[in-house]
Amino acid sequence: MFELLQYTFIQNALIAAILASVACGIIGAFVVVKKIVFISGGIAHASFGGVGLGYYLGINPMLGVLPFSLLSALVMGTVSKKSKIPEDSAIGILWSLGMALGVIFVYLTPGYAPDLMTYLFGNILTVPRFDLYLMLVIDIVIVCAVYLFYKEFLSLCFDEEFTTVQGVPTEKLYLFLLCIIALTIVVLIKVVGIILVIALLTIPATLSRKFTNNLKKMMFISIAFGTVISVTGIGLSYALDVPSGATIILVLSLVYGLVAFGMDILESRRVLKG
Amino acid sequence: MENVIELEDVWVRYGNQTILEAINLELKEPNGLLGIIGPNGGGKTTFLKVLLGLLKPYKGSVKLFGKPPEKSRDLVGYVPQYKGFDFDFPISVWEVVLTGRMSHTGFLKKYSEEDKKAAEEALRTVEMFDLKDRQIGQLSGGQRQRVFIARALATNPKLLLLDEPNSGLDPHMQDELYRLLDRLKHEMAVIMVTHDLSAVSVYVDRIACLNRTLHYHNSKEIPVEDLEATYQCPVELIAHGVPHRVLERHKESS
Repeated sequence: MFELLQYTFIQNALIAAILASVACGIIGAFVVVKKIVFISGGIAHASFGGVGLGYYLGINPMLGVLPFSLLSALVMGTVSKKSKIPEDSAIGILWSLGMALGVIFVYLTPGYAPDLMTYLFGNILTVPRFDLYLMLVIDIVIVCAVYLFYKEFLSLCFDEEFTTVQGVPTEKLYLFLLCIIALTIVVLIKVVGIILVIALLTIPATLSRKFTNNLKKMMFISIAFGTVISVTGIGLSYALDVPSGATIILVLSLVYGLVAFGMDILESRRVLKG
Repeated sequence: MENVIELEDVWVRYGNQTILEAINLELKEPNGLLGIIGPNGGGKTTFLKVLLGLLKPYKGSVKLFGKPPEKSRDLVGYVPQYKGFDFDFPISVWEVVLTGRMSHTGFLKKYSEEDKKAAEEALRTVEMFDLKDRQIGQLSGGQRQRVFIARALATNPKLLLLDEPNSGLDPHMQDELYRLLDRLKHEMAVIMVTHDLSAVSVYVDRIACLNRTLHYHNSKEIPVEDLEATYQCPVELIAHGVPHRVLERHKESS
């Protein structure tokens, strides 16, 4: 098993797993407690337009995803709050609009898009070095932003109206949070792909909520869960020769199911005894 | 001395619907409890949102302590209706109350010792300091209500606004709430909106009726015509143990 660690692609995969777990542990906690899973899924899917744009312009698709996901976060955040259409309809429209743009861009690109599937379903075993650097920079941005704005974010997620009354520019802060979610999505795309991103944003955070009543601790536990589970997933996918992204999600879901079930049983026993 | 509240011909509309119409209100007294009663959908929450600067009236002027609401954030405490809250949220009583300090702390700064002192004092005022480490879901309805009042008090407000603070509380807890407000009203101006007429108890100093328009009399006594205009049906006041509040029988419907 240890000779595996000598391979560069395995090393890269492990580093990518850790970087992704840090991002999704911190931001996933906000996504779960603020109940913005659907809008996060929308941003993730819409950013497929960026993948297509990258192919069309002949640049690294990750560089297409970065601005595209930020843009879709801003548009979604603004439209869902300001327009008269209900928020979930607005998200649904922009979600599919982004994907459709991506499909058209890929179609217009001459030749064959070689690793298109990587962006949809992820392949952590093929993460190039440049993408790792990009992930590292984004992780640093995320950690700094959350460190600086922690008290505002906490209050925003708990009670947006009261936070406004306290003089915090909540509309801008919410858009800022969505932008950080967009950045997190960029980090996660290589690991599990656009389609499965939402699982990494929600499962570790929901799981960690079962072990603590504190948002900060939730983030740390979530990072730990994410790291252990994605490394396990990488190992399994290598051993069984199955896709890595989907394997990670399956392990996550399995662990979540077992923990939730186990805790329910413990809880009902305590009730019976008490 | 500036007026606590000065509303001049304030109108609020949603689409074609007029929610508030030509509201005038001048509240001079820096202390005391003003109860605003009115039916559901009568614009009570909208009225509070206008005072808080969350909603811009399309006509009229709003001033708190001589300034527009956005400029007087650090003087106003707000206790929202807590029906729609997610009490599973991973936040402790202490963290909730500290958020009431943000208008003083400022952006990008950690809560100072002064902030923590104000939060502690607010929690002691509502007698919840011992439970400061509890997650808010682990509290009873009455305790939660007191935590939200403490969060508003942490701001050190000169004006405290409460939106239906008595809803969902049993009579005993309501009574506790009113006694708390009775203490607070000596230190600040308190405004409580409610649809519950029986809530207008001994502790209220002034009453106004709100149903799109506002009838304010600067006293405890409300003419029955005003109540009936507000509720648009005959109203008979039943106030337990406060006989002076029963004003007069409404005329037999003819």
